[in-house]
Amino acid sequence: MEATTQKIELSVTVNGTRYERAIEPRMLLSDFLRHEIELTGTHVGCEHGVCGACSVLMDGEPVRSCLMFAVQTQGREIVTVEGLGTVDALSPVQQAFHEAHGLQCGFCTPGILTTVTAFLETNPNPSEEEVREAISGNLCRCTGYQHIVDAVLLAAKKKQAS
Amino acid sequence: MDKRLIGKRVVRNEDPRLLTGQAQYVDDVNLPNMAHAAMFRSEYAHARIRSIDVSKARAHSGVIAVYTAEDMGADCYPGPPLVSPPPTVKDVIFNSRRQVPLVKDKIRHAGEIIAVVIAETRYIAEDALDLIEIEYEPLPVVADIEKALEPNSPLVHDDLDSNLAAHLVQKKGDYESARASADVIIQRRFTIERGTAAAMENRGIVAQWDAKSEALTVWDTTQAPIPIRNGLAARLGLSESKVRVIAPFIGGGFGPKIMMFYSEEMLVPWLAIKLNRPVKWIEDRRENFYATTQERGQVHEVEMAFTRDGKILGIKDDFIHDTGAYDPYGLTTPLNTQSHVMGGYDIPNFTSEFRVAFTNKTIVTPMRGAGRPHGIYVIERMMDIAAKELGIDRVEIRRRNLIKPDAFPYEHGIIDQAFAPLIFDSGNYEAVLNETLKAVGYEKFIKEEQPRYRAEGRRVGIGVLPFIETTGVGPYEGARVTVEASGKIAVATGVGTQGQGHFTSFAQVVAEQLGVDVTDVRITTGDSAHFNWGTGTFASRGAVVAGNAMHAAATMVRKKILKLASKVLNAPEEELELEDGMVRVADIPQSSISLSDLAALANPLRGAVEPGTEPGLEATAYYGPQYGPTAFGVHAMIAEIDPETMMIKILRYVVTEDCGTILNPLILEGQIHGGVALGLGNAYYEKLHFDENAQLLNASFMDYLLVGSTEMPRIEVHHLETRSPLNELGTKGVGEAGAIPVPALFAQTMEDALYDYNLEIRETPLNPNRLFEIARKEKTA
Repeated sequence: MEATTQKIELSVTVNGTRYERAIEPRMLLSDFLRHEIELTGTHVGCEHGVCGACSVLMDGEPVRSCLMFAVQTQGREIVTVEGLGTVDALSPVQQAFHEAHGLQCGFCTPGILTTVTAFLETNPNPSEEEVREAISGNLCRCTGYQHIVDAVLLAAKKKQAS
Repeated sequence: MDKRLIGKRVVRNEDPRLLTGQAQYVDDVNLPNMAHAAMFRSEYAHARIRSIDVSKARAHSGVIAVYTAEDMGADCYPGPPLVSPPPTVKDVIFNSRRQVPLVKDKIRHAGEIIAVVIAETRYIAEDALDLIEIEYEPLPVVADIEKALEPNSPLVHDDLDSNLAAHLVQKKGDYESARASADVIIQRRFTIERGTAAAMENRGIVAQWDAKSEALTVWDTTQAPIPIRNGLAARLGLSESKVRVIAPFIGGGFGPKIMMFYSEEMLVPWLAIKLNRPVKWIEDRRENFYATTQERGQVHEVEMAFTRDGKILGIKDDFIHDTGAYDPYGLTTPLNTQSHVMGGYDIPNFTSEFRVAFTNKTIVTPMRGAGRPHGIYVIERMMDIAAKELGIDRVEIRRRNLIKPDAFPYEHGIIDQAFAPLIFDSGNYEAVLNETLKAVGYEKFIKEEQPRYRAEGRRVGIGVLPFIETTGVGPYEGARVTVEASGKIAVATGVGTQGQGHFTSFAQVVAEQLGVDVTDVRITTGDSAHFNWGTGTFASRGAVVAGNAMHAAATMVRKKILKLASKVLNAPEEELELEDGMVRVADIPQSSISLSDLAALANPLRGAVEPGTEPGLEATAYYGPQYGPTAFGVHAMIAEIDPETMMIKILRYVVTEDCGTILNPLILEGQIHGGVALGLGNAYYEKLHFDENAQLLNASFMDYLLVGSTEMPRIEVHHLETRSPLNELGTKGVGEAGAIPVPALFAQTMEDALYDYNLEIRETPLNPNRLFEIARKEKTA
């Protein structure tokens, strides 16, 4: 078997910075983010698109970075958890997760934060049921989801107030 | 001003880094020149390896090396027994068989590692796996735990006469005479099947060898970095001080990330030394389903003796426990089951016998609950059956048998999982039951709401049941607390952390003693370079064992602070207050000194440290309980079921937990929510389906259903605090509590909801399909 070594030039914007890399076409977006440009905040939980931990935003829409090849992001804008806020300046969603204890081990959190950030753009004032539906594609083994739901509802309130 | 920090709803210190992608997990470690390993695993559950040829894989471009057991030579020997020796119970049998780094001749479960490929990238390493040529001789498979112990079963370990891994009997009182005097004897059989912990982060190891300083650094997704450090040093012939094991942020543990000495844990550090290159191995989800330890397979034959008015005279429980292909973790899980089969009840006569069976399945070690849910399932199912047979309300029969508040410490006269005496230290069980009944509105539901539902043709059931959790076992943990020159407090402990909020709850314990903000206490967990004594995070013991070590060390530092400040401020110690990072003389605010200045005075650059004293404001302390505290709780649930589809909707879920002193209610509630979610998975969603060849049929998240946000109800958590007299803080563990009673509660609730089906549930996990089958069978029976 011959390894697929022919590389493709990729140009993609991640968290506002443009990256240009020659990569193998088979490289997953999750591996590109984590290992090529060392944004390790995006986590990989299942590599088959179920757990949602690897979710990032592509042109504002949540996508599973483990189900995409990096070359499919040619010319696109990607936002990862690192692009949402910083330790000293958490985004409203991050701040709400902090206040409502919406995370425990933190491994699924990046995918939930990106998903929720996009969700609140389209539905700024969701009901609890809508929140549960919105995060139903993200698995969490620690929280039982209750504090995550509380955090999303709190984030919506914070965003409305600001 | 209220200076208490213990018990406050403090938000977590660790969150900002976790929320911004700045927290380091094992797979985030990226070292120069790092090579990547991929494992070649057995497809068969039981087979001999006839031949293996790795030459094509070795020749593949980008491959650095391929190792088989033969290549590993004398270094390929089993991992250490982890909980040894076997307990000191009369006539105990324990056959210790442990996993090896690479299998040489006989495969004992699907997913065992036969060869490892190391390559420049993970992609290339996986490509090369396809180039390995292997011939197997398939063997008859031991898939069923009962058949495993039949005389003609194939053998998992050929050097043993049978698949019996262990046999142990424990007795209290005299069950046979209790039986003779009983009004009613009830016998039943219960089966409990396997699930997986499914931490969102798979396992992973990165090892780095520095040949010039002969130092090994290992990043490991372990719950117990210190035992791994000690074991690796012994195995690799290195001084313990030359091996550093770091358990950084871990994406969920739930038991299986305990100090297992997984094959990969023995292999990857060895490879790093052998190749003199950093090596990374990260498990994928499919590997996790086969290679990460699992739990819950047991079959119970149980008998209980009652008086006519529902008083328990005794219980006799025989069970078989599935340990999988090896038993590195000893008898922890079945001993836990044994300790929980009596639940929170006053049971004078008890006989329990278990046999542990080797099977051709993934190794079994503790998983959140760790044998406890089995015990609670058995006793609580039996209480429900007894209530029906005796015509006593199911709450009332429990009330009549719960251990009374004045009966503590309640000694059972048997040993627990830590080989310590099983003693329930304290509790107020009936009060917890009453609190739950009130919160869920039991009386009103039974008398008013349920009849209304039933009149409408809706099947809505209620369940209520108690459980105990033995927690906080020894041997010990330690902590070092230091006031740094900045005035901030540095704390280190050996336990690992997997999301439990240690950086906050431990900080609260320390901050309360030292009068600083919780955010000024910086905790380091799970790094042997910072603290190299300890066992690990398991058995719901962090808040109890490490928590009390923290408290002891902080108390010692407080004394040092007061002693020095008394001299500096020229005031008696009793008049000093620690607040806002300062030591003040009470009522004379201008007479004060900051902890920062005091730390500098305690560690001077000139002058002398007085004889008999130590420099610095620092102390190390250990806490090791003789036996662990036992927590208690009651869960209640109201759920509606559609008998056509057996889909459920949980309308109420109420938990009352008494885990002694609460350190942080926010964190505590989070622990309970997560535990209940796992419990619901164990009850109605999650089951590992092995076929007769011990092949796992649902090894993906597509087919193995974890509970999602739309299945989870809102959980109402209530607290009672009966302090444990066993430790200074008064804490009892809670980490596993949420998961323990759920399968039993679920069964009770379903029987109540499907009242017209005459249902008796004797197995777990269920799923809609299975429940439909049982219900149909019982209805037509």
